[in-house]
Amino acid sequence: MLELVNSIRGILELIDKIPLPMAGVGGGIEAKETVDMVSVIKFTAIFIAGLGGIFGLGLAFAAKRFSVKMDPRIEQVKEVLAGAHCGACGYAGCQQYAEAVVANPQIAPNLCTPGGARAAAAVARITGKVASAVEPIFSRIMCQGDWQKAIKRFKYEGIEDCRAAVLAGGGDKSCIYGCLGRGTCVRACPFDALHMGTDHLPVVDIVKCTGCKKCEQACPKKVIEILPAKKAVVVTCHSRDKGPATRKNCKVGCIACGTCVKVCPFDAPSVENNFSRIDLNKCKVCGLCVPKCPTDSIREFMPHRPKAFVLDNCIGCQICARVCPVDAPSGEPKKMFTIDKSRCIGCGICTAKCPVQAIDGTFNAEDVFRAAAAKKAAKTAAA
Amino acid sequence: MSHEFGKLLELVIAASLINNFVFTKFLGLCIFFGVSKKMETAVGMSITFLAVMIISAALAWLVYEFALIPLDITFLKIVVFIGIVAAFVQSADIIMRKISPGLYYKLGVYLALIATNCIILAVPLTNAGEGYNLIESLAFGLGSGLGFGLALVIMASIREKLEIAIVPRPFRGLPIAFVTTGLIALAFTGFSGLITL
Repeated sequence: MLELVNSIRGILELIDKIPLPMAGVGGGIEAKETVDMVSVIKFTAIFIAGLGGIFGLGLAFAAKRFSVKMDPRIEQVKEVLAGAHCGACGYAGCQQYAEAVVANPQIAPNLCTPGGARAAAAVARITGKVASAVEPIFSRIMCQGDWQKAIKRFKYEGIEDCRAAVLAGGGDKSCIYGCLGRGTCVRACPFDALHMGTDHLPVVDIVKCTGCKKCEQACPKKVIEILPAKKAVVVTCHSRDKGPATRKNCKVGCIACGTCVKVCPFDAPSVENNFSRIDLNKCKVCGLCVPKCPTDSIREFMPHRPKAFVLDNCIGCQICARVCPVDAPSGEPKKMFTIDKSRCIGCGICTAKCPVQAIDGTFNAEDVFRAAAAKKAAKTAAA
Repeated sequence: MSHEFGKLLELVIAASLINNFVFTKFLGLCIFFGVSKKMETAVGMSITFLAVMIISAALAWLVYEFALIPLDITFLKIVVFIGIVAAFVQSADIIMRKISPGLYYKLGVYLALIATNCIILAVPLTNAGEGYNLIESLAFGLGSGLGFGLALVIMASIREKLEIAIVPRPFRGLPIAFVTTGLIALAFTGFSGLITL
Protein backbone atom coordinates (compact mmCIF):
# COMPACT_ATOMS: atom_id res chain seq x y z
CA MET A 1 0.00 0.00 0.00
CA LEU A 2 2.71 2.40 1.02
CA GLU A 3 4.73 1.30 -2.03
CA LEU A 4 1.81 2.22 -4.25
CA VAL A 5 1.46 5.70 -2.77
CA ASN A 6 5.20 6.24 -3.00
CA SER A 7 5.31 5.17 -6.62
CA ILE A 8 2.42 7.49 -7.49
CA ARG A 9 4.18 10.34 -5.75
CA GLY A 10 7.34 9.47 -7.67
CA ILE A 11 5.45 9.57 -10.96
CA LEU A 12 3.94 12.92 -10.08
CA GLU A 13 7.38 14.32 -9.28
CA LEU A 14 8.65 13.06 -12.61
CA ILE A 15 5.75 14.76 -14.37
CA ASP A 16 6.68 17.91 -12.48
CA LYS A 17 10.07 17.88 -14.07
CA ILE A 18 8.81 17.70 -17.68
CA PRO A 19 9.85 20.96 -19.29
CA LEU A 20 6.76 22.70 -20.61
CA PRO A 21 6.99 24.84 -23.75
CA MET A 22 7.78 28.43 -22.96
CA ALA A 23 5.44 30.13 -25.38
CA GLY A 24 1.90 29.77 -24.19
CA VAL A 25 -1.46 31.15 -25.13
CA GLY A 26 -3.17 33.25 -22.51
CA GLY A 27 -0.33 33.26 -20.02
CA GLY A 28 -1.09 31.54 -16.79
CA ILE A 29 -0.05 27.99 -16.41
CA GLU A 30 1.45 27.37 -19.83
CA ALA A 31 4.17 29.99 -19.49
CA LYS A 32 5.54 28.74 -16.20
CA GLU A 33 8.77 26.76 -15.99
CA THR A 34 7.68 24.41 -13.27
CA VAL A 35 4.26 23.39 -12.35
CA ASP A 36 2.93 22.82 -8.88
CA MET A 37 1.13 19.63 -9.83
CA VAL A 38 -0.63 18.90 -6.63
CA SER A 39 -2.32 22.25 -6.35
CA VAL A 40 -3.21 22.12 -10.02
CA ILE A 41 -4.90 18.77 -9.64
CA LYS A 42 -6.64 19.97 -6.52
CA PHE A 43 -8.01 23.10 -8.14
CA THR A 44 -8.98 21.25 -11.33
CA ALA A 45 -10.87 18.60 -9.44
CA ILE A 46 -12.67 21.11 -7.26
CA PHE A 47 -13.48 23.39 -10.16
CA ILE A 48 -14.73 20.74 -12.55
CA ALA A 49 -16.73 19.03 -9.85
CA GLY A 50 -18.14 22.35 -8.73
CA LEU A 51 -19.04 23.47 -12.25
CA GLY A 52 -20.59 20.12 -13.08
CA GLY A 53 -22.54 20.22 -9.86
CA ILE A 54 -23.81 23.74 -10.53
CA PHE A 55 -24.85 22.87 -14.09
CA GLY A 56 -26.52 19.66 -13.03
CA LEU A 57 -28.48 21.27 -10.24
CA GLY A 58 -29.34 24.26 -12.41
CA LEU A 59 -30.68 22.08 -15.23
CA ALA A 60 -32.61 19.88 -12.85
CA PHE A 61 -34.17 22.93 -11.25
CA ALA A 62 -34.98 24.46 -14.63
CA ALA A 63 -36.53 21.20 -15.82
CA LYS A 64 -38.74 21.12 -12.75
CA ARG A 65 -39.64 24.79 -12.69
CA PHE A 66 -40.26 25.11 -16.43
CA SER A 67 -41.85 21.76 -17.03
CA VAL A 68 -44.73 21.84 -19.46
CA LYS A 69 -47.68 19.64 -18.68
CA MET A 70 -48.59 18.00 -21.92
CA ASP A 71 -51.65 15.87 -22.28
CA PRO A 72 -50.33 12.34 -22.94
CA ARG A 73 -53.12 11.85 -25.46
CA ILE A 74 -51.42 14.37 -27.77
CA GLU A 75 -48.43 12.04 -28.10
CA GLN A 76 -50.71 9.06 -28.70
CA VAL A 77 -52.67 10.90 -31.39
CA LYS A 78 -49.47 12.08 -33.04
CA GLU A 79 -48.25 8.50 -33.29
CA VAL A 80 -51.30 7.23 -35.17
CA LEU A 81 -51.32 10.11 -37.64
CA ALA A 82 -49.55 9.71 -40.98
CA GLY A 83 -46.70 11.96 -39.87
CA ALA A 84 -45.99 13.59 -43.21
CA HIS A 85 -46.70 17.18 -42.07
CA CYS A 86 -48.50 17.70 -45.37
CA GLY A 87 -51.17 20.07 -44.08
CA ALA A 88 -54.13 18.26 -45.66
CA CYS A 89 -55.95 18.50 -42.32
CA GLY A 90 -55.74 22.28 -42.52
CA TYR A 91 -53.19 22.63 -39.71
CA ALA A 92 -49.53 23.54 -40.06
CA GLY A 93 -48.29 20.10 -39.05
CA CYS A 94 -49.15 16.84 -37.34
CA GLN A 95 -48.29 18.28 -33.91
CA GLN A 96 -50.75 21.15 -34.31
CA TYR A 97 -53.55 18.87 -35.46
CA ALA A 98 -52.88 16.50 -32.56
CA GLU A 99 -53.06 19.37 -30.07
CA ALA A 100 -56.20 20.80 -31.66
CA VAL A 101 -58.11 17.53 -31.87
CA VAL A 102 -57.36 16.64 -28.23
CA ALA A 103 -58.08 20.09 -26.82
CA ASN A 104 -61.09 21.11 -28.88
CA PRO A 105 -64.20 18.89 -28.84
CA GLN A 106 -65.46 20.44 -32.07
CA ILE A 107 -62.57 19.29 -34.26
CA ALA A 108 -63.38 16.17 -36.26
CA PRO A 109 -61.09 13.17 -35.75
CA ASN A 110 -61.08 12.18 -39.42
CA LEU A 111 -59.26 15.16 -40.93
CA CYS A 112 -56.03 13.26 -41.58
CA THR A 113 -56.55 12.14 -45.18
CA PRO A 114 -53.19 10.39 -45.54
CA GLY A 115 -53.91 8.39 -42.42
CA GLY A 116 -57.19 7.27 -43.90
CA ALA A 117 -59.86 5.33 -42.08
CA ARG A 118 -57.35 3.61 -39.80
CA ALA A 119 -56.01 6.90 -38.41
CA ALA A 120 -59.52 8.34 -38.10
CA ALA A 121 -60.67 5.33 -36.07
CA ALA A 122 -57.58 5.47 -33.85
CA VAL A 123 -57.89 9.20 -33.22
CA ALA A 124 -61.60 8.80 -32.48
CA ARG A 125 -60.79 6.04 -29.99
CA ILE A 126 -58.13 8.14 -28.22
CA THR A 127 -60.13 11.35 -28.05
CA GLY A 128 -63.48 9.73 -27.42
CA LYS A 129 -65.10 11.23 -30.48
CA VAL A 130 -67.17 9.61 -33.20
CA ALA A 131 -65.45 9.06 -36.52
CA SER A 132 -67.58 9.29 -39.60
CA ALA A 133 -66.45 7.43 -42.69
CA VAL A 134 -64.10 9.43 -44.83
CA GLU A 135 -64.30 9.09 -48.58
CA PRO A 136 -60.86 8.47 -50.02
CA ILE A 137 -59.79 11.15 -52.50
CA PHE A 138 -57.20 10.88 -55.20
CA SER A 139 -55.24 13.26 -57.32
CA ARG A 140 -56.32 13.27 -60.97
CA ILE A 141 -54.30 14.88 -63.74
CA MET A 142 -56.78 16.73 -65.95
CA CYS A 143 -54.68 16.60 -69.07
CA GLN A 144 -53.64 13.76 -71.32
CA GLY A 145 -51.55 15.85 -73.66
CA ASP A 146 -48.10 14.35 -73.39
CA TRP A 147 -45.42 15.69 -75.70
CA GLN A 148 -46.36 13.20 -78.43
CA LYS A 149 -50.05 14.08 -78.53
CA ALA A 150 -49.86 17.82 -77.97
CA ILE A 151 -47.85 20.25 -80.06
CA LYS A 152 -45.60 23.02 -78.82
CA ARG A 153 -45.46 26.57 -80.00
CA PHE A 154 -41.80 27.32 -79.22
CA LYS A 155 -38.68 25.67 -77.90
CA TYR A 156 -38.11 26.39 -74.23
CA GLU A 157 -34.61 26.40 -72.88
CA GLY A 158 -34.39 27.14 -69.21
CA ILE A 159 -34.92 25.70 -65.78
CA GLU A 160 -36.70 22.37 -66.13
CA ASP A 161 -39.51 23.20 -63.76
CA CYS A 162 -43.15 23.93 -64.63
CA ARG A 163 -43.18 27.03 -62.47
CA ALA A 164 -40.27 28.42 -64.46
CA ALA A 165 -41.65 27.33 -67.83
CA VAL A 166 -44.99 28.97 -67.13
CA LEU A 167 -43.27 32.35 -66.80
CA ALA A 168 -42.31 32.20 -70.47
CA GLY A 169 -45.64 33.41 -71.80
CA GLY A 170 -47.70 30.65 -70.22
CA GLY A 171 -45.46 27.75 -71.19
CA ASP A 172 -44.21 26.17 -74.37
CA LYS A 173 -47.30 24.07 -75.11
CA SER A 174 -49.69 25.27 -77.78
CA CYS A 175 -52.59 24.61 -75.46
CA ILE A 176 -52.15 27.06 -72.61
CA TYR A 177 -54.45 25.05 -70.33
CA GLY A 178 -52.41 21.88 -70.49
CA CYS A 179 -49.80 20.17 -68.38
CA LEU A 180 -46.25 21.35 -69.09
CA GLY A 181 -44.73 18.03 -68.08
CA ARG A 182 -41.65 19.18 -66.20
CA GLY A 183 -42.41 17.48 -62.93
CA THR A 184 -43.11 20.17 -60.34
CA CYS A 185 -45.94 18.01 -58.98
CA VAL A 186 -43.72 14.91 -58.89
CA ARG A 187 -41.25 16.75 -56.69
CA ALA A 188 -43.98 18.20 -54.48
CA CYS A 189 -45.54 14.86 -53.54
CA PRO A 190 -44.48 13.81 -50.02
CA PHE A 191 -45.71 10.22 -50.52
CA ASP A 192 -43.87 9.41 -53.77
CA ALA A 193 -47.23 8.83 -55.47
CA LEU A 194 -46.55 10.85 -58.62
CA HIS A 195 -44.13 9.72 -61.27
CA MET A 196 -43.30 11.14 -64.64
CA GLY A 197 -44.75 8.80 -67.22
CA THR A 198 -43.64 8.29 -70.80
CA ASP A 199 -43.32 11.53 -72.67
CA HIS A 200 -43.70 14.02 -69.88
CA LEU A 201 -47.13 13.34 -68.46
CA PRO A 202 -47.37 12.63 -64.71
CA VAL A 203 -48.98 9.39 -63.56
CA VAL A 204 -50.70 9.00 -60.18
CA ASP A 205 -50.10 5.84 -58.17
CA ILE A 206 -53.44 5.54 -56.38
CA VAL A 207 -52.06 3.02 -53.92
CA LYS A 208 -49.73 5.67 -52.50
CA CYS A 209 -51.86 8.76 -53.12
CA THR A 210 -53.47 10.04 -49.92
CA GLY A 211 -55.24 13.13 -51.23
CA CYS A 212 -53.07 15.57 -49.30
CA LYS A 213 -53.46 18.20 -52.06
CA LYS A 214 -49.82 19.23 -52.18
CA CYS A 215 -49.64 18.54 -55.94
CA GLU A 216 -52.76 20.61 -56.55
CA GLN A 217 -51.10 23.56 -54.85
CA ALA A 218 -47.80 23.04 -56.64
CA CYS A 219 -49.13 22.91 -60.20
CA PRO A 220 -48.87 26.36 -61.81
CA LYS A 221 -51.34 25.40 -64.55
CA LYS A 222 -53.90 24.03 -62.10
CA VAL A 223 -54.42 20.87 -64.14
CA ILE A 224 -54.48 18.68 -61.03
CA GLU A 225 -57.81 18.16 -59.28
CA ILE A 226 -58.35 16.14 -56.13
CA LEU A 227 -61.53 14.13 -56.64
CA PRO A 228 -63.36 11.40 -54.73
CA ALA A 229 -61.99 7.96 -55.54
CA LYS A 230 -65.43 6.63 -56.38
CA LYS A 231 -65.88 9.10 -59.25
CA ALA A 232 -63.70 7.25 -61.69
CA VAL A 233 -64.96 8.78 -64.94
CA VAL A 234 -63.70 12.29 -65.66
CA VAL A 235 -63.16 14.50 -68.67
CA THR A 236 -59.42 14.97 -68.49
CA CYS A 237 -59.19 18.30 -70.23
CA HIS A 238 -59.50 21.90 -69.16
CA SER A 239 -59.09 23.49 -72.56
CA ARG A 240 -61.21 26.57 -72.93
CA ASP A 241 -60.18 27.03 -76.56
CA LYS A 242 -62.81 26.51 -79.24
CA GLY A 243 -63.13 23.03 -80.72
CA PRO A 244 -61.04 23.46 -83.90
CA ALA A 245 -58.25 25.23 -82.01
CA THR A 246 -58.17 22.51 -79.33
CA ARG A 247 -58.08 19.84 -82.01
CA LYS A 248 -55.09 21.51 -83.63
CA ASN A 249 -53.25 21.84 -80.33
CA CYS A 250 -53.81 18.38 -78.95
CA LYS A 251 -55.05 15.05 -80.23
CA VAL A 252 -56.84 14.19 -76.98
CA GLY A 253 -58.36 17.52 -76.04
CA CYS A 254 -62.05 18.08 -75.40
CA ILE A 255 -63.63 19.77 -78.44
CA ALA A 256 -66.99 20.41 -76.74
CA CYS A 257 -68.88 18.37 -79.33
CA GLY A 258 -71.59 17.45 -76.80
CA THR A 259 -71.64 13.71 -77.61
CA CYS A 260 -71.16 12.84 -73.97
CA VAL A 261 -74.13 15.02 -73.02
CA LYS A 262 -76.33 13.13 -75.48
CA VAL A 263 -75.17 9.68 -74.44
CA CYS A 264 -75.39 10.07 -70.68
CA PRO A 265 -78.53 8.51 -69.17
CA PHE A 266 -78.09 10.55 -65.98
CA ASP A 267 -77.54 13.99 -67.52
CA ALA A 268 -74.19 14.43 -65.78
CA PRO A 269 -71.88 16.09 -68.35
CA SER A 270 -72.44 19.68 -69.36
CA VAL A 271 -70.51 21.76 -71.86
CA GLU A 272 -69.42 25.16 -70.64
CA ASN A 273 -66.52 27.37 -71.73
CA ASN A 274 -65.78 25.06 -74.66
CA PHE A 275 -65.12 21.99 -72.61
CA SER A 276 -67.25 19.33 -71.00
CA ARG A 277 -67.39 18.85 -67.29
CA ILE A 278 -69.03 15.87 -65.58
CA ASP A 279 -71.15 16.78 -62.56
CA LEU A 280 -69.86 14.33 -60.00
CA ASN A 281 -73.08 14.40 -58.00
CA LYS A 282 -75.10 13.16 -60.96
CA CYS A 283 -72.54 10.83 -62.47
CA LYS A 284 -73.19 7.18 -61.68
CA VAL A 285 -69.85 6.06 -63.16
CA CYS A 286 -71.54 3.89 -65.75
CA GLY A 287 -68.80 4.60 -68.27
CA LEU A 288 -71.09 4.90 -71.31
CA CYS A 289 -69.55 8.20 -72.37
CA VAL A 290 -65.99 6.87 -72.41
CA PRO A 291 -66.06 4.95 -75.71
CA LYS A 292 -68.30 7.56 -77.33
CA CYS A 293 -65.93 10.52 -76.94
CA PRO A 294 -64.44 11.24 -80.40
CA THR A 295 -61.11 12.51 -79.06
CA ASP A 296 -60.75 9.97 -76.21
CA SER A 297 -60.78 12.88 -73.83
CA ILE A 298 -62.91 11.16 -71.18
CA ARG A 299 -60.90 8.78 -69.08
CA GLU A 300 -62.00 5.98 -66.86
CA PHE A 301 -59.82 5.27 -63.84
CA MET A 302 -61.36 1.93 -63.09
CA PRO A 303 -58.99 -0.89 -64.04
CA HIS A 304 -61.72 -3.30 -65.09
CA ARG A 305 -65.48 -3.52 -64.81
CA PRO A 306 -66.86 -6.84 -63.54
CA LYS A 307 -69.99 -7.97 -65.34
CA ALA A 308 -73.45 -8.29 -63.85
CA PHE A 309 -75.38 -11.46 -63.05
CA VAL A 310 -78.91 -12.00 -61.76
CA LEU A 311 -79.66 -13.38 -58.30
CA ASP A 312 -82.46 -15.71 -57.29
CA ASN A 313 -84.87 -13.05 -56.03
CA CYS A 314 -85.52 -11.65 -59.51
CA ILE A 315 -89.24 -10.91 -60.03
CA GLY A 316 -89.11 -10.53 -63.81
CA CYS A 317 -90.20 -6.87 -63.86
CA GLN A 318 -88.08 -6.17 -67.00
CA ILE A 319 -86.77 -2.84 -65.70
CA CYS A 320 -83.18 -3.95 -66.25
CA ALA A 321 -83.86 -4.77 -69.90
CA ARG A 322 -85.31 -1.32 -70.40
CA VAL A 323 -82.41 0.61 -68.85
CA CYS A 324 -79.61 -1.51 -70.30
CA PRO A 325 -77.76 0.39 -73.05
CA VAL A 326 -76.46 -2.78 -74.71
CA ASP A 327 -79.51 -5.07 -74.37
CA ALA A 328 -77.78 -7.62 -72.24
CA PRO A 329 -80.61 -8.87 -69.96
CA SER A 330 -83.13 -11.22 -71.51
CA GLY A 331 -85.95 -13.34 -70.21
CA GLU A 332 -89.70 -13.75 -69.94
CA PRO A 333 -91.95 -11.46 -67.95
CA LYS A 334 -92.52 -12.54 -64.34
CA LYS A 335 -89.73 -15.11 -64.71
CA MET A 336 -86.04 -14.90 -63.77
CA PHE A 337 -83.93 -12.96 -66.24
CA THR A 338 -80.39 -13.73 -67.34
CA ILE A 339 -77.65 -11.36 -68.43
CA ASP A 340 -75.65 -12.03 -71.56
CA LYS A 341 -72.05 -11.74 -70.33
CA SER A 342 -70.66 -11.15 -73.79
CA ARG A 343 -72.77 -8.01 -74.15
CA CYS A 344 -72.59 -6.68 -70.62
CA ILE A 345 -70.22 -3.73 -70.23
CA GLY A 346 -70.40 -3.59 -66.44
CA CYS A 347 -71.94 -0.10 -66.36
CA GLY A 348 -73.96 -0.86 -63.24
CA ILE A 349 -77.16 0.91 -64.28
CA CYS A 350 -79.26 -2.25 -63.95
CA THR A 351 -77.84 -2.97 -60.50
CA ALA A 352 -78.92 0.48 -59.36
CA LYS A 353 -82.33 0.39 -60.97
CA CYS A 354 -83.44 -3.11 -59.91
CA PRO A 355 -86.31 -2.64 -57.40
CA VAL A 356 -85.48 -5.80 -55.42
CA GLN A 357 -81.66 -5.60 -55.74
CA ALA A 358 -81.56 -8.87 -57.64
CA ILE A 359 -78.50 -7.99 -59.74
CA ASP A 360 -74.98 -8.41 -58.40
CA GLY A 361 -71.45 -8.41 -59.75
CA THR A 362 -70.94 -4.83 -60.92
CA PHE A 363 -68.61 -2.36 -59.25
CA ASN A 364 -71.46 -0.55 -57.50
CA ALA A 365 -73.26 -3.68 -56.24
CA GLU A 366 -71.96 -3.36 -52.69
CA ASP A 367 -73.01 0.29 -52.36
CA VAL A 368 -76.45 -0.41 -53.82
CA PHE A 369 -77.06 -3.28 -51.36
CA ARG A 370 -75.81 -1.20 -48.44
CA ALA A 371 -78.04 1.76 -49.33
CA ALA A 372 -81.08 -0.51 -49.74
CA ALA A 373 -80.42 -2.20 -46.38
CA ALA A 374 -80.08 1.20 -44.69
CA LYS A 375 -83.36 2.37 -46.22
CA LYS A 376 -85.09 -0.79 -45.04
CA ALA A 377 -83.70 -0.39 -41.55
CA ALA A 378 -84.86 3.24 -41.44
CA LYS A 379 -88.34 2.19 -42.60
CA THR A 380 -88.69 -0.55 -39.98
CA ALA A 381 -87.43 1.83 -37.30
CA ALA A 382 -89.98 4.47 -38.31
CA ALA A 383 -92.82 1.94 -38.38
CA MET B 1 -14.53 56.37 -26.05
CA SER B 2 -14.70 56.72 -29.82
CA HIS B 3 -11.46 54.77 -30.01
CA GLU B 4 -13.18 52.06 -28.01
CA PHE B 5 -16.14 52.11 -30.36
CA GLY B 6 -13.84 52.03 -33.36
CA LYS B 7 -12.12 48.93 -32.04
CA LEU B 8 -15.47 47.26 -31.44
CA LEU B 9 -16.66 48.02 -34.96
CA GLU B 10 -13.38 46.66 -36.29
CA LEU B 11 -13.94 43.46 -34.36
CA VAL B 12 -17.47 43.04 -35.71
CA ILE B 13 -16.36 43.59 -39.30
CA ALA B 14 -13.32 41.38 -38.88
CA ALA B 15 -15.36 38.52 -37.48
CA SER B 16 -18.17 38.78 -40.01
CA LEU B 17 -16.42 39.63 -43.28
CA ILE B 18 -12.64 39.58 -43.26
CA ASN B 19 -12.17 36.47 -41.17
CA ASN B 20 -15.57 34.95 -41.86
CA PHE B 21 -15.72 31.79 -39.81
CA VAL B 22 -17.13 29.72 -42.63
CA PHE B 23 -15.36 31.06 -45.68
CA THR B 24 -11.98 32.02 -44.28
CA LYS B 25 -11.50 29.80 -41.26
CA PHE B 26 -13.60 26.87 -42.61
CA LEU B 27 -15.27 26.17 -39.29
CA GLY B 28 -18.82 25.05 -38.65
CA LEU B 29 -19.07 23.27 -41.99
CA CYS B 30 -21.30 20.36 -40.91
CA ILE B 31 -24.09 22.66 -39.87
CA PHE B 32 -23.39 24.94 -42.78
CA PHE B 33 -23.96 22.26 -45.39
CA GLY B 34 -26.74 20.58 -43.50
CA VAL B 35 -28.91 23.61 -42.96
CA SER B 36 -28.28 25.63 -46.12
CA LYS B 37 -30.49 23.47 -48.34
CA LYS B 38 -33.53 25.63 -47.82
CA MET B 39 -33.82 29.33 -47.09
CA GLU B 40 -36.21 28.94 -44.17
CA THR B 41 -33.95 26.53 -42.27
CA ALA B 42 -30.95 28.76 -42.98
CA VAL B 43 -32.68 31.83 -41.58
CA GLY B 44 -33.94 29.94 -38.52
CA MET B 45 -30.49 28.59 -37.81
CA SER B 46 -28.78 31.99 -38.16
CA ILE B 47 -31.17 33.66 -35.74
CA THR B 48 -30.78 30.92 -33.16
CA PHE B 49 -27.04 30.82 -33.63
CA LEU B 50 -26.67 34.56 -33.14
CA ALA B 51 -28.60 34.48 -29.88
CA VAL B 52 -26.76 31.46 -28.50
CA MET B 53 -23.38 32.83 -29.62
CA ILE B 54 -23.68 36.15 -27.86
CA ILE B 55 -24.84 34.66 -24.58
CA SER B 56 -22.29 31.84 -24.71
CA ALA B 57 -19.48 34.29 -25.42
CA ALA B 58 -20.50 36.32 -22.37
CA LEU B 59 -20.81 33.29 -20.08
CA ALA B 60 -17.55 31.80 -21.28
CA TRP B 61 -15.73 35.06 -20.74
CA LEU B 62 -17.10 35.39 -17.20
CA VAL B 63 -16.06 31.88 -16.24
CA TYR B 64 -12.64 32.29 -17.87
CA GLU B 65 -11.94 35.64 -16.25
CA PHE B 66 -13.24 34.94 -12.78
CA ALA B 67 -12.57 31.24 -12.31
CA LEU B 68 -10.03 29.83 -14.72
CA ILE B 69 -7.40 32.55 -14.60
CA PRO B 70 -7.32 33.15 -10.83
CA LEU B 71 -7.13 29.42 -10.16
CA ASP B 72 -4.44 28.97 -12.83
CA ILE B 73 -6.27 26.23 -14.62
CA THR B 74 -6.65 27.84 -18.02
CA PHE B 75 -5.63 24.59 -19.71
CA LEU B 76 -9.19 23.43 -18.99
CA LYS B 77 -10.72 26.07 -21.18
CA ILE B 78 -11.75 23.76 -24.05
CA VAL B 79 -13.59 21.38 -21.75
CA VAL B 80 -15.14 24.13 -19.68
CA PHE B 81 -16.34 26.19 -22.68
CA ILE B 82 -18.01 23.17 -24.26
CA GLY B 83 -19.60 22.37 -20.91
CA ILE B 84 -20.94 25.91 -20.62
CA VAL B 85 -22.35 25.85 -24.14
CA ALA B 86 -24.01 22.46 -23.65
CA ALA B 87 -25.57 23.47 -20.34
CA PHE B 88 -26.78 26.76 -21.76
CA VAL B 89 -28.30 25.17 -24.83
CA GLN B 90 -30.09 22.57 -22.72
CA SER B 91 -31.49 25.13 -20.30
CA ALA B 92 -32.50 27.39 -23.18
CA ASP B 93 -34.38 24.43 -24.66
CA ILE B 94 -36.25 23.78 -21.42
CA ILE B 95 -37.03 27.42 -20.74
CA MET B 96 -38.10 28.22 -24.29
CA ARG B 97 -40.45 25.26 -24.39
CA LYS B 98 -42.32 26.67 -21.43
CA ILE B 99 -42.10 30.39 -22.02
CA SER B 100 -42.77 30.57 -25.73
CA PRO B 101 -44.05 27.40 -27.43
CA GLY B 102 -44.49 29.19 -30.74
CA LEU B 103 -40.84 30.19 -30.87
CA TYR B 104 -39.86 26.75 -29.64
CA TYR B 105 -41.78 25.06 -32.45
CA LYS B 106 -40.05 27.20 -35.06
CA LEU B 107 -36.49 27.39 -33.72
CA GLY B 108 -36.21 24.70 -31.07
CA VAL B 109 -34.91 22.08 -33.44
CA TYR B 110 -31.84 24.19 -34.22
CA LEU B 111 -30.80 24.58 -30.58
CA ALA B 112 -29.58 21.04 -30.24
CA LEU B 113 -27.67 21.31 -33.52
CA ILE B 114 -25.74 24.37 -32.36
CA ALA B 115 -23.88 22.40 -29.71
CA THR B 116 -22.12 20.54 -32.52
CA ASN B 117 -21.05 23.71 -34.27
CA CYS B 118 -17.27 24.32 -34.19
CA ILE B 119 -17.73 28.06 -34.22
CA ILE B 120 -19.45 28.01 -30.85
CA LEU B 121 -16.16 26.79 -29.36
CA ALA B 122 -13.85 28.79 -31.61
CA VAL B 123 -15.17 32.17 -30.53
CA PRO B 124 -14.64 31.80 -26.76
CA LEU B 125 -11.22 30.23 -27.42
CA THR B 126 -10.23 33.18 -29.58
CA ASN B 127 -11.55 35.58 -26.97
CA ALA B 128 -9.49 33.84 -24.30
CA GLY B 129 -6.40 33.72 -26.49
CA GLU B 130 -6.53 37.35 -27.55
CA GLY B 131 -7.38 38.51 -24.05
CA TYR B 132 -10.44 40.54 -24.98
CA ASN B 133 -12.50 42.22 -22.29
CA LEU B 134 -16.21 41.57 -21.94
CA ILE B 135 -17.47 44.14 -24.46
CA GLU B 136 -14.90 43.07 -27.02
CA SER B 137 -15.84 39.43 -26.55
CA LEU B 138 -19.48 40.28 -27.11
CA ALA B 139 -18.62 42.27 -30.22
CA PHE B 140 -16.58 39.38 -31.57
CA GLY B 141 -19.42 36.98 -30.86
CA LEU B 142 -21.89 39.29 -32.57
CA GLY B 143 -19.65 39.57 -35.61
CA SER B 144 -19.23 35.83 -35.86
CA GLY B 145 -22.99 35.30 -35.60
CA LEU B 146 -23.62 37.85 -38.34
CA GLY B 147 -20.92 36.32 -40.52
CA PHE B 148 -22.33 32.82 -40.10
CA GLY B 149 -25.81 34.08 -40.88
CA LEU B 150 -24.53 35.83 -44.00
CA ALA B 151 -22.76 32.66 -45.12
CA LEU B 152 -25.88 30.55 -44.56
CA VAL B 153 -28.19 32.92 -46.42
CA ILE B 154 -25.83 33.23 -49.39
CA MET B 155 -25.40 29.47 -49.58
CA ALA B 156 -29.11 28.73 -49.20
CA SER B 157 -30.11 31.08 -52.01
CA ILE B 158 -27.57 29.45 -54.33
CA ARG B 159 -28.43 25.88 -53.34
CA GLU B 160 -32.15 26.41 -53.91
CA LYS B 161 -31.35 27.30 -57.50
CA LEU B 162 -28.91 24.39 -57.79
CA GLU B 163 -31.76 21.99 -56.94
CA ILE B 164 -33.41 22.58 -60.30
CA ALA B 165 -30.32 23.25 -62.37
CA ILE B 166 -28.79 20.63 -64.63
CA VAL B 167 -25.87 19.31 -62.58
CA PRO B 168 -23.72 16.36 -63.76
CA ARG B 169 -24.67 13.23 -61.87
CA PRO B 170 -21.40 12.77 -59.90
CA PHE B 171 -21.68 16.34 -58.63
CA ARG B 172 -25.28 16.34 -57.49
CA GLY B 173 -25.95 17.25 -53.87
CA LEU B 174 -22.91 17.79 -51.67
CA PRO B 175 -20.03 17.94 -54.21
CA ILE B 176 -21.44 20.90 -56.09
CA ALA B 177 -22.13 22.58 -52.76
CA PHE B 178 -18.49 22.21 -51.80
CA VAL B 179 -17.37 23.63 -55.13
CA THR B 180 -19.71 26.57 -54.65
CA THR B 181 -18.44 27.19 -51.13
CA GLY B 182 -14.88 27.22 -52.44
CA LEU B 183 -15.82 29.80 -55.04
CA ILE B 184 -17.56 31.99 -52.46
CA ALA B 185 -14.51 31.65 -50.18
CA LEU B 186 -12.39 32.83 -53.07
CA ALA B 187 -14.67 35.84 -53.43
CA PHE B 188 -14.46 36.57 -49.72
CA THR B 189 -10.67 36.87 -49.87
CA GLY B 190 -11.45 40.15 -51.56
CA PHE B 191 -12.28 41.48 -48.11
CA SER B 192 -8.78 40.90 -46.77
CA GLY B 193 -6.99 44.10 -46.09
CA LEU B 194 -10.28 45.96 -45.68
CA ILE B 195 -9.16 47.25 -42.32
CA THR B 196 -5.49 48.08 -42.10
CA LEU B 197 -4.01 48.37 -38.67
